[in-house]
Amino acid sequence: MATFKEFRNNVKPNWCPGCGDFSIQAAIQRAAANVDLEPEDLAVISGIGCSGRISGYINAYGLHGIHGRALPIAQGVKLANRELTVIASGGDGDGFAIGMGHTVHAIRRNLNITYIVMDNQIYGLTKGQTSPRSAEGFKTKSTPEGSIESTLSPLEIAMSAGATFVAQSFSSDLKQLTALIEAGIKHEGFSLINVFSPCVTFNKINTYDWFKENIVNLEQFPDYDPANRIAAMNKIMETNGMLTGLIYQNTQRKSYEDMISGFGTEALAKQDLTLSQEHFNKLVAEFK
Amino acid sequence: MISQLSWKIGGQQGEGVESTDRIFSTALNRLGYYLYGYRHFSSRIKGGHTNNKIRISTYPIRAISDDLDILVAFDQESIDLNAKELRSGGVIVADAKFKPVVPEGIDARLFAVPITAMAEELGTSLMKNMVASGASWALLGLPLEVFNKAVEEEFGRKGAAIVEKNIEAVKRGAEFVLEQAGGPLNEFKLEDADGQQKLFMIGNEAIGLGCVAAGCRLMSAYPITPASEIMEYLIKKLPALGGTVVQTEDEIAAVTMAIGANYAGVRTMTASAGPGLSLMMEAIGLAGMTETPLVIVDTQRGGPSTGLPTKQEQSDLNAMVYGTHGEIPKIVIAPASIEDCFYDMIEAFNLAEQYQVPVIVMTDLQLSLGKQSCEPFDYNSIQINRGKLVQEGPELEQHQLFKRYELTEDGVSPRILPGAKNGIHHVTGVEHDEVGRPSESAINRLKMMDKRLHKLDGLFIREGLRVDAPNETPDLLIIGMGSTGGTIDQAREWLANDGITTNHITIRQIHPFPTEQLIPHLQQAKKVVVIENNATAQLAGQIKMNAGFAEKIRNLLKYDGNPFLPSEVYKACKELD
Repeated sequence: MATFKEFRNNVKPNWCPGCGDFSIQAAIQRAAANVDLEPEDLAVISGIGCSGRISGYINAYGLHGIHGRALPIAQGVKLANRELTVIASGGDGDGFAIGMGHTVHAIRRNLNITYIVMDNQIYGLTKGQTSPRSAEGFKTKSTPEGSIESTLSPLEIAMSAGATFVAQSFSSDLKQLTALIEAGIKHEGFSLINVFSPCVTFNKINTYDWFKENIVNLEQFPDYDPANRIAAMNKIMETNGMLTGLIYQNTQRKSYEDMISGFGTEALAKQDLTLSQEHFNKLVAEFK
Repeated sequence: MISQLSWKIGGQQGEGVESTDRIFSTALNRLGYYLYGYRHFSSRIKGGHTNNKIRISTYPIRAISDDLDILVAFDQESIDLNAKELRSGGVIVADAKFKPVVPEGIDARLFAVPITAMAEELGTSLMKNMVASGASWALLGLPLEVFNKAVEEEFGRKGAAIVEKNIEAVKRGAEFVLEQAGGPLNEFKLEDADGQQKLFMIGNEAIGLGCVAAGCRLMSAYPITPASEIMEYLIKKLPALGGTVVQTEDEIAAVTMAIGANYAGVRTMTASAGPGLSLMMEAIGLAGMTETPLVIVDTQRGGPSTGLPTKQEQSDLNAMVYGTHGEIPKIVIAPASIEDCFYDMIEAFNLAEQYQVPVIVMTDLQLSLGKQSCEPFDYNSIQINRGKLVQEGPELEQHQLFKRYELTEDGVSPRILPGAKNGIHHVTGVEHDEVGRPSESAINRLKMMDKRLHKLDGLFIREGLRVDAPNETPDLLIIGMGSTGGTIDQAREWLANDGITTNHITIRQIHPFPTEQLIPHLQQAKKVVVIENNATAQLAGQIKMNAGFAEKIRNLLKYDGNPFLPSEVYKACKELD
């Protein structure tokens, strides 16, 4: 059985010292070991941005694709080989700006993959422009007088798109984050885990201290029931989206793979590519 | 006795033109005739004039005809729009309800049949297409029982009562018109066909079947005219093989999902037309850079932008050849017949895996949607070649990665699938080293660019050029691609009668351009004409750029949305300067 160390490689991340993404990388590695994966059983598919580099920093199969498209690539990987554990990952620009269309439809489709968003409320790799997650009034290089667009609430969007697993965490809380990623991997369907991951270089507002002051941990509410969709939506709104923990989980809905007519339980990639002559003749007979 | 004739049915979209055409042609196919269909339709569902034309022949044909023998019309508009195609002495079968008139100057025989009235007598005006097709079938003097069998198959699942009523509608239409005409029309008496049933299908169906035979088990796609039939076919067939079709949120998701699935080892394709191809461009670059096999079908239609979405054009060639930023290896192949549509899909999947590159299969609307007879497909001749795919990697030290991008002599590296032991490597669209780790080193950059860009050196696919060159030094070499081949051959027969010798080359490998193979043919010809459905002579541009001979090359271009007619090609070739 692999330990979390076996999910490490010798590539030095190019993230800034203190970046929240380091802890997310560690949490993925720990969660993968905790659910008994071997490195070759895991595929990490990432987008473009600082956070997108994560697939190169984990000892597992990884694909670093194009901006905003981690989710359709990850869904393709999962359809081809459902025996793999597939984690898609990227930043808030990747998932909620350029890739928002895919995020909503991946949620609706509900393939059994885990999507970890490294949400720093800013564009880091392009050196500090506004993100859909930036607060109104947030001053950046592209919004010198402050952002005049409303802040996007990914949790509300996920809930309304029919998400079956919605969680949020904070990169400083490695224990909670690791547990949520484990739960996301085990969830039979699409799991969205949004993670506050402070950008220490370009975001001087949403800092570690700011998050510590502003977030509410769901552990504070012992009666909270993540199976209750209405309660989940209320809690997201009451806290203005600043909550952490498992917010919602629907264990009743089957994953996409389990609902496709005729779809095998074995990896499609392992199936024989040839047809019997009889099968082929039957296909051709339709055109006579 | 004649050996071929043309039949057309016209009416408002949604009026049963399609189903009539289907039953009529199925019955003809049963008798062993060769058929070639052409659909004229609009980008709307109900209403708007639509017509389907079938050319019927006792010998193989691959082009629509200039003229028309029989026109079946559900309204006066269908007569007004199409009567000019009728040859002298042609026939119009029309619904008496709208009091049809033959336009001035048209020499045609009109049979006004109470089509709607007869259908309503039988319970529903829906059956008017049966009355009409029964009437036109009877005029040809073909056996009614064969037609009835096709009717039975079309309506069988709706129950015996419906079948019976439709057969009765056919009978009434036939009896009425035969009484008016005094029996079948002798001038339309077709010679017997060989009785051998042909395959009869549209290009998109042949592409779908080709995918299944090629081992494609996944398709991700977004609906678009004229590509949707491919996904509609595959969603019916793939579940029985454990696969599926995913209708994605857009073409970007379609192509990137296909890239993900190919990376993980399943032969996966997507299909679209021009607008979708434009959206896929960035991802095509990702496939090129990460050396991930990928198959895309582009069923060209009228561009630019939304253009003429239901009309013929061949104007995406440059987009396919040049599309995506930066420089990648890419293969573009252009099937030119229904048989090609089938076999080229197997070729495309093999090439994609052998060279680990994106492969674009280029069709055009007429090839994708025109229904035609074709020869049987030989499944035994199919070979699946997965290139340098390995099951397991060599023993690796700690932190050592699989050399997925190993520098090799032919530039193609071993490929391993996620899940395999000792195979972990990285994949990225960023420039990378042999194990896939990002690298900005200038030395590595040059090595990797050269590796990728030389993979296709010398590539020449099966029949990359289809050559019909009976003349050593022809007066004229005609070059085309896609669906125009049959039309060109028809024109060549007429040119030969005038003493003009011609050779004909269909370019099937569009990119990398088969320069070396084409040059001798260009040298031999006194003159060259390149025929294409676009305004800027894109194929001719490729020929001139790669092979030269600009002084010999003339263009015949058509971009009004309609396929070339044989007479247009003939006339233009006669009048070449």
